[in-house]
Amino acid sequence: MGGIPHDHYEPKTKGEKWLDSRLPIVGLLYGTLMIPTPKNLNWMWIWGIVLTFTLALQIITGVVLAMHYVPDVDLAFARVEHIMRNVNGGHMIRYFHMNGASLFFVAVYAHIFRGLYYGSYKAPREVTWIIGMLIFLLMMGTAFMGYVLPWGQMSFHGTAVITGLFGAIPFVGESVQTWLLGASAVGQPALNRFFSLHYLLPFVIAGLVIVHIWAFHTTGNNNPTGVEVRRGSKAEAEKDTLPFWPYFVIKDLFALAIILAVFVAVVGFMPNYLGHPDNYIEANPLATPAHIVPEWYFLPFYAILRAFDNTVWVVIIAEWVSFGIIDAKFFGVLAMFGAIVVMALAPWLDTSSVRSGRYRPMFKWWFAILVVDFFILMWVGAMPAEGIYPIIALIASTYWFGYFLVILPLLGVIEKPLTPPATIEDDFNAHYGSKAASGETAASPAE
Amino acid sequence: MFRKLTLTAAVALGMTTGAAYAAGSETHVEDFDFSFEGPFGSFDTNQLQRGLQVYTEICSACHGLKFVAFRNLSDEGGPMLPDDQMRAYAEFYDVFDQALFDGEGDFRPATPADQFPESSLSNAPDLSLMAKARAGFHGPYGLGINQFFKGMGGPEYIASLLTGYEEEPQCALDMEIPMDGYYNTAFAAGGYPDECKYEDGSHKYPGSWIGMAPPLWGDDVEFADGHSTELEHVSEDIAAFLMWTAEPKMMARKQAGLTGVIFLTILSVLLYLTNKRLWAPHKSAAKRKD
Repeated sequence: MGGIPHDHYEPKTKGEKWLDSRLPIVGLLYGTLMIPTPKNLNWMWIWGIVLTFTLALQIITGVVLAMHYVPDVDLAFARVEHIMRNVNGGHMIRYFHMNGASLFFVAVYAHIFRGLYYGSYKAPREVTWIIGMLIFLLMMGTAFMGYVLPWGQMSFHGTAVITGLFGAIPFVGESVQTWLLGASAVGQPALNRFFSLHYLLPFVIAGLVIVHIWAFHTTGNNNPTGVEVRRGSKAEAEKDTLPFWPYFVIKDLFALAIILAVFVAVVGFMPNYLGHPDNYIEANPLATPAHIVPEWYFLPFYAILRAFDNTVWVVIIAEWVSFGIIDAKFFGVLAMFGAIVVMALAPWLDTSSVRSGRYRPMFKWWFAILVVDFFILMWVGAMPAEGIYPIIALIASTYWFGYFLVILPLLGVIEKPLTPPATIEDDFNAHYGSKAASGETAASPAE
Repeated sequence: MFRKLTLTAAVALGMTTGAAYAAGSETHVEDFDFSFEGPFGSFDTNQLQRGLQVYTEICSACHGLKFVAFRNLSDEGGPMLPDDQMRAYAEFYDVFDQALFDGEGDFRPATPADQFPESSLSNAPDLSLMAKARAGFHGPYGLGINQFFKGMGGPEYIASLLTGYEEEPQCALDMEIPMDGYYNTAFAAGGYPDECKYEDGSHKYPGSWIGMAPPLWGDDVEFADGHSTELEHVSEDIAAFLMWTAEPKMMARKQAGLTGVIFLTILSVLLYLTNKRLWAPHKSAAKRKD
């Protein structure tokens, strides 16, 4: 696998040769695990392992939870309490699963922003990026449907709101919404199918993860310099890379252990920190919570959804031009999905010849603002839509679109990038050479 | 029904100007100190037993605890009633058993496997999860890392509600038609008269009017252990008990969390050292070449 010259698995014993000629699975695993990896990867390259681990955690805990859960509107809430109270270790499994969703999104956002900064989306890694965005969308769908299953107040009314978004589609909206819910309102058919899909989609995600890994194993990893691994010969490639096992596996596991220590502390000591108290009240269609808020990981996009109300001139123009077909509600829905679409289009919107943000003096600042912008959107998404908040949401949403649609294309033209190092080896040597030199006095007594 | 959902969607989408916002900040919640707060806090068995007594003698008249089984009263990390006491306690309750009387069903004394009865009044909510279904002061979206040490304030909310009954403010007393219910400084979800608002709509007084009459006045119960029966103390006891009913595995969870954190910390150190050693030849080679 992959365009970087490297060792291949050679079956030696008779048994190995027998298997290899029938199914070259050992060679496939060997090639995957021993993939040449740029040796200058920094700590932002650990999130892939965290994500893979979290997917496995969610599937394993989820399968166990499904053994005890019943997707019935009259039983679901009580069954979750049954898991919390009567199932052996059930409270831990459920809290791991519930907070696992948050860990998943922490990691995926870090992973995405890593890619955005170091230009991992750029040619030739566009397919990896697009598959990543599909995984992200599926994750959001899966997380949303999972949140419905405990059948609490927030589950129920959150579902009503989100599926209501599809109702905003002109002409066919109401039919689409009815089709999704299996009824005209959230109820038994919706709960049952969301349970079914919540069980199915993680395996689709797992499949896409394999394709995602296959894609970037073909192109090779990006790295902090954005400079490609030399591929002239195996000896040359080995100057820029080290095999994934053991170098990066151990490094990533170290990072994973630290992240899990924090995660376990959250699960053990404040498992409901990221949840909403209203979801410990059984769903009641007749009592709407005063303040319906999605889970934290949806908040940035939820803020964009709400930002474009009918007082914004873009919305007014859109409504006027489309003869009212694109009303404010539909515009908001388009904006929310558009926010992800523009991100997915980054490979074609970024015109810079330099890949890594490290060598782009102007880009750095715009990117930093984008990160801040993301947190502002997250914060404002949790605020009520009144007072100053809608204006903040509108400005922050505008920046989000402005970054991808205006700043990225323009920067490539007006910015004078620095010259990246010629090779990954140079970068690695410069980094550890100077660092080791400055730390030499401290290290010398041991030598 | 459908209109209601559409309305819900509209409110959440922020397209109606008067989006309702819970007046959570407009209530008074006292920050009580509970023994089970923080990573190392644990339930006070005696307090839970006193809380059970308060529940039995007062709350259970109207409210239920349908997710709690009688056997749970003997569980480790709970009120830990001795087995025979727990059985005797269960027998005080009558539960409906469909299997009796040739399938027609009949009432019989409860056994340890049975659960507490549901609320007997439709407007008295079940109390099993109340301490997790309310956030007192840190709010779910408040930044409060404080939650690590203090929890979400559910039991604080319950104790504040029980001690929060006060005389109605003058503005309410002056009204021609008096308010329904009782003025409570901790209750957010009830009615609130326009006469007691400022011109901008904000409330002059914390809380709102609640339907439940003050259930505790002080000296409502007599504790066998001679513990104080002042209103505040009894309220704390029942709040602690309801925290246990909401999160009966809290002690086991904190123990698992602590074990996990210690294990992972040691594992991180070992992996750090392994990683350092693994990379050392390549990093020192880099130093030589530079």
